[in-house]
Amino acid sequence: MAKVTFEKDLCKGCGLCIAACPKGILSLSKDEINQKGHHPAQIDDQSKCIACAFCATMCPDCVITVEK
Amino acid sequence: MIVFEKPKALTDAPLHYCPGCTHGIIHRLVAEAIDSLDIAGKTIGVASVGCSVFAYNYFNVDMVQAAHGRAPAVATGVKRADPSKIVFTYQGDGDLASIGTAETVHAAARGENITVIFVNNAIYGMTGGQMAPTSLPGQVTQTSPYGRDVNTVGYPVRICELLATLDGTGYVERVAVNNVKNVRNAKKAIEKAFRRQTEGKGFSLIEVLSTCPTNWGKTPEGATEWLEQNMIPYYPLGVYKDKYAEEAAK
Repeated sequence: MAKVTFEKDLCKGCGLCIAACPKGILSLSKDEINQKGHHPAQIDDQSKCIACAFCATMCPDCVITVEK
Repeated sequence: MIVFEKPKALTDAPLHYCPGCTHGIIHRLVAEAIDSLDIAGKTIGVASVGCSVFAYNYFNVDMVQAAHGRAPAVATGVKRADPSKIVFTYQGDGDLASIGTAETVHAAARGENITVIFVNNAIYGMTGGQMAPTSLPGQVTQTSPYGRDVNTVGYPVRICELLATLDGTGYVERVAVNNVKNVRNAKKAIEKAFRRQTEGKGFSLIEVLSTCPTNWGKTPEGATEWLEQNMIPYYPLGVYKDKYAEEAAK
C-alpha cells in the first residue's frame, strides 16, 4: 500500500509537488496554517497513490517521505 | 519499504530558501550522491557567497566558507593538503561566473581533482534580483528594467562551453531541475562527477539550471516553465566534455 507523508511544518506551500503528481491527488490545505505561516501540501486520496515519488523528487525542502 | 526519504548527508535544519526555490532540490541531489558513494565521512564542502552561503548548515559533512568567488581556490588548497578527501564546491552564478571566474577557470586549467556544483539561475538572488553575467538577452531584472541590452552590457557567459575548451577539465555537463526527468538526469550527473573524483580523474563541473521564482517575479510552477522555455534554449543541456569516456572510446 503506497503511503505519502508530509512533514507539514517544513512545507513552504510552493506547490511543485502538486504540479508533478501524475494522479492529481495533492493539494494545499485550505484551512490549515503551519509554523512558517504557509498552507502546507497534503494528500487528498491516499488510495490512488502509486508511490512514483514524483512529488518528493520535486520537493525543494525534503518534506515528503514515500513508502510502498 | 521506503521509496523516498531525506538523504542522511543533509542535516535537519530547515532550508532558508524562498518557497519553490530549486536550491533545495540541488542540495538534496548532492547529498544523495554523497550517500550513494558512502563518502560522507571523508567529504569536505566549500560554501560560496550568495543564496547558498548557508550551505554549511545543511550538508552533514565538514564545510569551509570561502570568500566571494574563491571557492575553487580554497577547494584546491583543501584537496592538495589531503588528497584522500573528497572536495566539492557549491556556487551560484553570481559567485562562480562573475567575481570568481578567474579562480574557476584556473582551477579547471590546472585540472584540480575537485567537483564544482554550479547553480545557474540567471540572476543575483540574495542581493535582490540584479542582472547577473548569466542573465539572458532581454531579461528584465532590477538593474535592467527594459531588458538586458547586449549592446551596452554584453552577452551572457556560457561556463560549460568555456571550460570544455580547456585541456585540464575532466567532466563538464549541464543539467536542469525544472521537472522530474531533468532532476533524475541531474542526479546521475552529480553522482558521476563525485565518482570521477574518487577515481582521481580530475576537475569536474556540473552546471545546474535553477529557478528563482522570487526575483523572476513568477510562481514556483511558472518559474519552472520559464526555465524550460527561455533558459534551456540559450543554455542547452548535455555533456560538454567527458575526457575519460573519450579516451576509453579511442
